[in-house]
Order: sequence, then C-alpha cells, then structure tokens
Amino acid sequence: MLKQCEGSHAVAEAVALCRPEVICAYPISPQTHIVEGLGEMVKSGDLRDCEFINVESEFAAMSVAIGSSAAGARSYTATASQGLLFMVEAVYNASGLGLPIVMTVANRAIGAPINIWNDHSDSLSQRDCGWIQLFAETNQEALDLHIQAFKLAEELSLPVMVCMDGFILTHAYERVDIPTQEQVDAFLPPYEPRQVLDPAEPVSIGAMVGPEAFMEVRYLAHAKQMQALERIPQLAEEFHKVFGRTTGGLIHTYRADDAETMVIAMGSVLGTIKDTVDEMRAAGHKIGVLGITSFRPFPLTEVAAALKHCKRFLVLEKSLAVGIGGIVATNVRMAVTGMGLKGYTVVAGLGGRAITVKSLTTLFEKAGRDDLELLTFLDLDWKVVNRQLERERQTRRSGPAAESMLRDVGTVASKIA
Amino acid sequence: MNGLQTVKFYQTGTFTVGNRLLAPEERSVQANMQRTNSINSGHRACQGCGEALGARYAIDAAMNATDRQLIAANATGCLEVFSTPYPETSWQIPWIHSLFGNTAAVATGISAAIKVKRQKGQGGDVRVVAQGGDGGTTDIGFGCLSGMFERNDDVLYICYDNGGYMNTGVQRSSATPPAARTATTMPLGPEPGNPFGQGKFVPAIAMAHEIPYVATATVADLRDLEYKVAKAMGMRGARYIHILVPCPLGWGTASHDTIRMARLAKETGIFPVFEAEHGEVKSVLAIRRPLPVEEYLRPQKRYAHLFGKNPAVETIAHIQALADKNIRKYRLQARQEGH
Repeated sequence: MLKQCEGSHAVAEAVALCRPEVICAYPISPQTHIVEGLGEMVKSGDLRDCEFINVESEFAAMSVAIGSSAAGARSYTATASQGLLFMVEAVYNASGLGLPIVMTVANRAIGAPINIWNDHSDSLSQRDCGWIQLFAETNQEALDLHIQAFKLAEELSLPVMVCMDGFILTHAYERVDIPTQEQVDAFLPPYEPRQVLDPAEPVSIGAMVGPEAFMEVRYLAHAKQMQALERIPQLAEEFHKVFGRTTGGLIHTYRADDAETMVIAMGSVLGTIKDTVDEMRAAGHKIGVLGITSFRPFPLTEVAAALKHCKRFLVLEKSLAVGIGGIVATNVRMAVTGMGLKGYTVVAGLGGRAITVKSLTTLFEKAGRDDLELLTFLDLDWKVVNRQLERERQTRRSGPAAESMLRDVGTVASKIA
Repeated sequence: MNGLQTVKFYQTGTFTVGNRLLAPEERSVQANMQRTNSINSGHRACQGCGEALGARYAIDAAMNATDRQLIAANATGCLEVFSTPYPETSWQIPWIHSLFGNTAAVATGISAAIKVKRQKGQGGDVRVVAQGGDGGTTDIGFGCLSGMFERNDDVLYICYDNGGYMNTGVQRSSATPPAARTATTMPLGPEPGNPFGQGKFVPAIAMAHEIPYVATATVADLRDLEYKVAKAMGMRGARYIHILVPCPLGWGTASHDTIRMARLAKETGIFPVFEAEHGEVKSVLAIRRPLPVEEYLRPQKRYAHLFGKNPAVETIAHIQALADKNIRKYRLQARQEGH
C-alpha cells in the first residue's frame, strides 16, 4: 500500500509486520519516532503478542534483547550515536552469543562536542563488533531492509544493524510502499532458534572459552559473515519475487558502465551524488556511482568488480578515522589492492554539514583531473581551523576549542557552501 | 520457683547440636532424592565457599518451588567462573551468562519472552532468576537492577554478597564493610581499610522501589533461605533476595568457619536478616542475645589490623555502633522474657 509518511513511521510499520515479540525502547534522537510508533501499536493492540519494554538505558535495551532473543523471542531495538556507544559491551555480546537481534541505527554523530545531526560515526565505530551492517539509501530501502534483516539474522544466527541516516531519512516524509502482512509472512518464516533457554532441554549459554578454542569460535563469526555475502544477494532476489521490487543486495552501481571516475558512498547522500553525476554526465564527464549497501560483511569481490574498468575512485564518507582519514575508503582500498587505481578519500557531512550538488560538482571535477589530495575534508572552513590553531599557539589557557571556533564562525543558520 | 518451668532449647535454630532438636521438616538435609542439584558437584569453587552453598540452596529451592520450570541469568563473577567454563558446566538448568553489569536486564528479556510465548500458547509458566555477586549487583549492575525493580519485571534477583570483588583478587565494592582490608583498601594510613561513611545496603534501596518482596538471608540458616526463595517464587513481579555469603579467601577465614561467620554476622547485628513486602519490613530473624562485634571481626584476617599490639578500640566501637544501629532500626533483638 502506497503511503506518504515519515521514514521512522515506515520503519515502525515494517518492524511491526515482522511480528516482533520483544521490543526494547530507550529514547535518543533521531530514532525516537520509530520506537514511539511501535509502542503505540503495542499499546493500542494493533501489534499483538509483543512486549514493549521502556528500559533505563541503551545498555539495558541491548541486554533485554539478549535475554529475550536467548529465550527464543524475535527481538528488536533502535538507537543512535551515544546510545550505540553506551550499549557497546552488549552489542559485542549479542553477536558473540550469536543472537539474531535486529537493531535500527538512526545514524548520528558522536560527541564531544555533542551533536544530534547525521553522519556515520556511530555505526562505523562498530564496524568490528560482529554485526551485519546494512545501509539504506531511501526510506523505501530502509523499510525493505528491515524485513530482509530479520530473515538474514535468524538464518545465520547473527544480529543485524539496519543503518539509516538520522533526520535525513528518519524524519523525511516520502512515499513508501508498505507491504501487506501476507507478503511479509510469505517471506519471513517464524523464528527457529539454534539455541534457546528451555527447561525441557537445559543448556548453558555464554560460558567461558579459553585459548584452546577462542580463535575457532571467533573464526566461525567471520565464516558466518562470509555466508552472509552469499545470502544477501539471494535474499534480494527472494524479496523481489514476493514484493515485486529490487531492494538490498551488497552493492549498487549507477551509470558505471564506461565510467573513468567512480564515486563510492553509503546511505542517503547517494541521492545527491546521483543527481550530481547526472548533471556531469550531461556535460560529458565519464563518471559513475557505486553505493555500498552491505558494509559488514564488506563485499571485497563485488567492489573490485565494480571498479574494474575505471581509472580512479573517490570515496565520499560521513565518517572520520581520526589520525588516518577514511574508514570506508580503507575498506575499499583493500578491495582494489593491486589494481593500480588512483584513490581519493573525501570526508564530508560530519555532524550534519550539508553536502551540496555545487560542492560535489567541484570536487568530482577536481578528481577527474587527478587534482585532489589523497584526503580531503569537503567544505572545511580552514580560516576557522587556522585561527584556533593560532590561538592555541599564543595562549596556554585557550579555553574550550569548540566554543572559540563557533564564535569565529559567527551567527549562521546553517553552513552551506 | 514453683510449678513447671518451660524448657528452652537455646540450641534450636542455631544447629549447635545439629538437627536433632528440630522437627524433621525443618532439618537441613544436604542431599535427598528430591533435590534437583541444579548446580552439580565438581565445580571449581574454593573450599568453604559461601556463594556456592548459597546458590545451591537458593536455586534448588527455586526449582522446587517452580516445578523445575526455571531459567537463570548469571552475572560475571565467581559463581559464573567456578560453575563453568565450556565444555564443562555445573548447571543442570537453562543458564545464560551475558555480561557483568546487565544480568537484571537479561532476566527482564527472558521474562518478557516467556510472557509472549505463553500468550501465543507456545510455552509454559517458566520463571526467571537472576543472580550475581555484590560487585555485579550493587556496583556495575545497579542501573539495570534498579530498572528491573522499577518496572516490576517478573524476576527474582539474588545477590550473593561476600563484600568485595573476590573473583578479581579481593578488591573493594560498595558492599565492602567499613574497616575491612581489601586489595584496594589496604590497612594503611590514618584510616586503615575501607572508609567509614561509604557503601550502600542494597536491600534497603530495593525496598525503596516498593517491589513486592525483599529479603535478606545468610548461609547460616539454610532453611530460612529456602523459605524465602520459595516465598519469592510464589509471588509475581520484581523480587530481591540478598544473601550474605562469607568468602574464606577474601575474608581470611578458615574454610570450615563459613557457616560460623555467617551466623556471627547475624547474631552481632552486623547483617540484619529480615523480609519486607512492598517496602515494609514484615519479619526479622531475631537475635536472642546480641554478641559483641569483636567475636565476628577477630577471626577474619581482613580485620587483623584492628587487633594488633594496639587494638583499634575506637574503630571496633564504631563498628559496634553500626551493628547496634541495625539492631534498633530493624528491631532485631528478641524481646526479653521476664524471669
């Protein structure tokens, strides 16, 4: 059914259609509307046989999900930013125990300085936590990926994070096609746990493993993610058969056939990038796009294949590995090892900084001329940075850097170059 | 002196002459055919471990009370470590260990799952116990514990309190008593051992949540412990039992003195044994004749610095005052009968 609704609402509807049995909720922007929506459905009785638990922290949210999943219930939660970081110990525990929890991460920056707007720092800080990470480009894709996520998680006994851009997607009203319960039931079978806390067959879950087997247990987690590399494209096909639209998969390319320059990104910014590429194509530039949907497992082979015929690639990412540069870019570079490509890392959009067609056009043109630094910070205000560096050289007690820099910026509604 | 004098068996309830003076149903029985032995023998607990004893009786009592329909969530700590590792396990019940600080929340999740499964007609009335040491309960797990209490989730949480982080080598917790030596509160400086005026008594905090049931117990009175666990399992909602479990390693006591130390903690007033419902104390295990705290302190090496050449008289008096306060506050002293 076509519906004009908020991204968070679309996700809440999708999760409800998956018949979750336990939902844990703790408020943090920008994911709040999702769990509010689900809470309303449980309270009104529209979503039956589901326990909605208002917990006291994100650490508790993930821990409740661990308990409910281990007891055989389909379990869901959502978080963002500081919330994801607060639950990290339990995030690792859930994947270590092999519990197929599905969690939405409404991507938001990590402080300090505190910032509620979108970038990918939160999810990407958890790139090694053992969860599958799928990034949605649109609200429709966010909706669809949740349905696929439950199936993937439960088949592999691995938790799945569905990442969608905070505010940009969660709070955007768009047209989405919400499937029927019959369709979702046809696609997603009831949860059959591999391990379950059951008095009829008592097991001990989560006991200590020493050096004699720890490596093997950890390798198994890797092996399962490698299985996910095969399952994710198959699930996209199965999804297409039931729902009649193509969503998911490992990667997507756009106008890539004869591209000399390939732009690589994740999430909603791909929309702006495609618009930019359309304009540049019209102007004769041989430029294409590679969108990565599955960041974990990382599709090395597929990325390499997609970049086989280009001359250079540019990774535009909403994250910063402080001290080296890119996170996504580092992963892409591993994929293209030995291919002799020029590669550029562009850090953009941190803390919600707008990424505009104008800035992207200039950037991509520079890349096309190989006139770009290996690491670029898109639309960085060097004046403000340099002034602060100078201030710190001059004064020992220079005060909170963020405050000084914001004073230098002056009053602006937003920072659009 | 005229007429018949009531014969008082002072030994009754203290087990000083064993079980013989008790009615059969009140006798402590180490093993019988009905015991579930939820924690099997062969685990790695220290000799004389109070926690192993307390957990064995508590979980067996819970199993008995729930017709063996029980799942346990366990915090990281001694109990978790000595009862496993893979591929060995002492647990004869479904058991999960997740983390150090999240056990109450994990139990909430299990309880929620059971509730939904029952609604769907997919499972029976399985009950949930969460358990951890004092570190996992009063410190790192306290947020999750308070959350579970406040939501009144259907979980019995059992804290085995040995007054410190014994698993990591006897460090101070918020349940470490004043003046006690631990690896992080050494008997040095002007105020040796754990400072006075710190720490928290979580049973009182649990009561402040006005949950259906809060009780304390010690391993000196296993029948009382079993009774309280059985009673707790007969109720719904959040329940909390705080069991004092002496630790020969951390306390510096002989392994054969575990029961004696637990009894002295109760008989001195150091550890009040009571039960409360919805925030109100309903009953206490009375102390017939309070013993001086010195009797409890002296056998423990963690208090050795109080009893050197120059005994720390003031410190001991301070501890005595705290015990006396417990006796007043919880009305622990049995009413003296007239002669």
